[in-house]
Amino acid sequence: MADAARRAAERAARDSYGRLLAFLAARTRDVAGAEDALAEAFASALQSWPEQGVPANPDAWLLTVARRRQADAHRRRLTRQAGEGHLTLMREELDEIAMTPDAIPDRRLALMFACAHPHIEPAMRSPLILQTVLGLTAADIGAAFLVPAGTMGQRLVRAKTRIGQMGIGFEIPDAADLPARLDAVLDAIYAAYAKGWTDPAGEDGGQLAEEAIWLGRLVVSLLPDAPEAKGMLALMHYSHARRAARRDAGGAYVPLERQDTALWDLDAIGAAEALLHAASRGGPTGRCQIEAAIQSAHIARRLSGRDNWPAILQLYDILLGMTGSPVVLLNRAAALAAVEGPHAALASLAPLAGDKRMLDYQPYWALRGHLLAETGDRAGAHEALTLAMGLSADPAVRRWLGARRAALQDG
Amino acid sequence: MRYLLMLYADENAGAAIPPQDMAKAMDTMYAYQEALTKAGAFVSTSALAPTTQARTLRMEGGEVRQTGAGFVNEGGALKVQDGPYAEAREQFGGFFIIEAEDMDAAVKWAARCPAAQWGPVEIRPIVNTLSVSEAPWCADGGFAAKE
Amino acid sequence: MRYMLLIHHDENDLGDPDRLNEIYAGWAAFNAALAKAAGAAPGERMEPASKATTVRVRDGRTGIVDGPYSDTKEQLGGYFFIEAESLEKAVEWAELCPASKYGAVEIRPIVPPGRDY
Repeated sequence: MADAARRAAERAARDSYGRLLAFLAARTRDVAGAEDALAEAFASALQSWPEQGVPANPDAWLLTVARRRQADAHRRRLTRQAGEGHLTLMREELDEIAMTPDAIPDRRLALMFACAHPHIEPAMRSPLILQTVLGLTAADIGAAFLVPAGTMGQRLVRAKTRIGQMGIGFEIPDAADLPARLDAVLDAIYAAYAKGWTDPAGEDGGQLAEEAIWLGRLVVSLLPDAPEAKGMLALMHYSHARRAARRDAGGAYVPLERQDTALWDLDAIGAAEALLHAASRGGPTGRCQIEAAIQSAHIARRLSGRDNWPAILQLYDILLGMTGSPVVLLNRAAALAAVEGPHAALASLAPLAGDKRMLDYQPYWALRGHLLAETGDRAGAHEALTLAMGLSADPAVRRWLGARRAALQDG
Repeated sequence: MRYLLMLYADENAGAAIPPQDMAKAMDTMYAYQEALTKAGAFVSTSALAPTTQARTLRMEGGEVRQTGAGFVNEGGALKVQDGPYAEAREQFGGFFIIEAEDMDAAVKWAARCPAAQWGPVEIRPIVNTLSVSEAPWCADGGFAAKE
Repeated sequence: MRYMLLIHHDENDLGDPDRLNEIYAGWAAFNAALAKAAGAAPGERMEPASKATTVRVRDGRTGIVDGPYSDTKEQLGGYFFIEAESLEKAVEWAELCPASKYGAVEIRPIVPPGRDY
């Protein structure tokens, strides 16, 4: 089977699995139990559908295999054991769904809200969503987040237990809570995307970014009236559009200003623009939409050759007002430098001078190094670029910073 | 909490690297050390001479017994051999000792170490770190309490 | 010249609390001797190898694995530093070290700072 067809089949398996899992978990409040009930069926689908094609009714297929396995497990049970009650519950649920397999409501959104609930630690929200909605393994998730597989597995177990223990409901939050709760879901999806593209050369890195985009599409389809969801998806599309241009043929790092725009994915850009348009029709602009608008402006500038830095600066002003985030302040400074020069930009970074979080934040030192170099402060630039090098995990970025540092000597 | 980052690399391959390239590589290690220092995470670092200059000691034969004064090996002979403890494809060639909040933070630092590109980096949490002026690390009974 | 002395022992052997106490009593005396010696630093003990994490970069991808670099029966349990005139003198220190009775002590000369490989 062709590669694209295999991936589509795998995608169909994850889609079906996620839907069934969400439905089961929402009804029983037992995420781990639901995973257990569907695990074999899912593994079977992942293996056979890419080979044999996606069945006409994927959900029914998974259900049949899952029910057969539950029946087998029940028959094999010779003595009463703890957990039999839970197995029976799952079996009953599966039997009930089997009555009307075409009418399984999509509860994945509620599942995502549960995974990103305030009671779940922020670092685990993304992994939880990736595992429950997409069926990704602890090993794959761990690899993305720099956590060993075993450790990630344990943390996922604990997080799922917490959902049950704290009685976290599987509901769409009401209108008052929705924006903040949705923010958490969108953040978790973007966290997965960001992990995915920090390794543009890696095959698996590309896959995680695509999974995140798929999740973004899912949220947009399930919450058509939420402009921020469209904003987040647009943001990911804008970034994904440039993936082929981030490294040159030799693997060297290429900053945005130098990227070969011929390598950009125009379809992804088109999709992003359409989403951004649709989002701005749907209500007040939010954080994700502003970020997406900034990306749109960067791309427009490169494609048209027209300077639009003042407009970008204005967008950052709005974003800063919304978030007060040091990262936004930093990115705004880059735009400010283009409009008012490096001295003004450096002055704008003064509030971050005493911020301990900046001590090991690579982008802070990289930008400082760049700005100081522009002002002619070679010693300051050298120190900042050295720190940026030392904080970079990507050797291509390290090399690039090293070259900038060496260029300081050339005045 | 303190962590020992053990840097492994094929020292034969390392010895074959031209001095110019090695100097560039060392440059990135100094930058890394500066970043650690700035962040308050740096404790110490050293390069180790190649394993051809190592020696390993152990008792051969005999029986290890507990006595009132500690351990003795009865009937065994002390053997000193040239070379490292274990032969492997990559050798322990240097280390960083860092201060980090937890293992996740230590891993983040390890991933930034240029040596991670040349070979594995093993991260070991250090149980108790005491200065020379304080009680020894495994004195009578105190070892469990001290952190 | 500075040396790093690495202690390798079988953690399973040493699991017994009484045995551990014996070891630590022996170490107390050894560390006292170390403290008197110029340039020595007292031993540092590490968490068991099961608490190790190993970072490996392959083909540009960073992989993280639970556990130590090598899965040998004896594992690195601790280390200490000494100043000694020669490798032979370093061996004398290693002989004094309690670990030489129940494990192995590996002696690695340290490259003086400022000089590279």
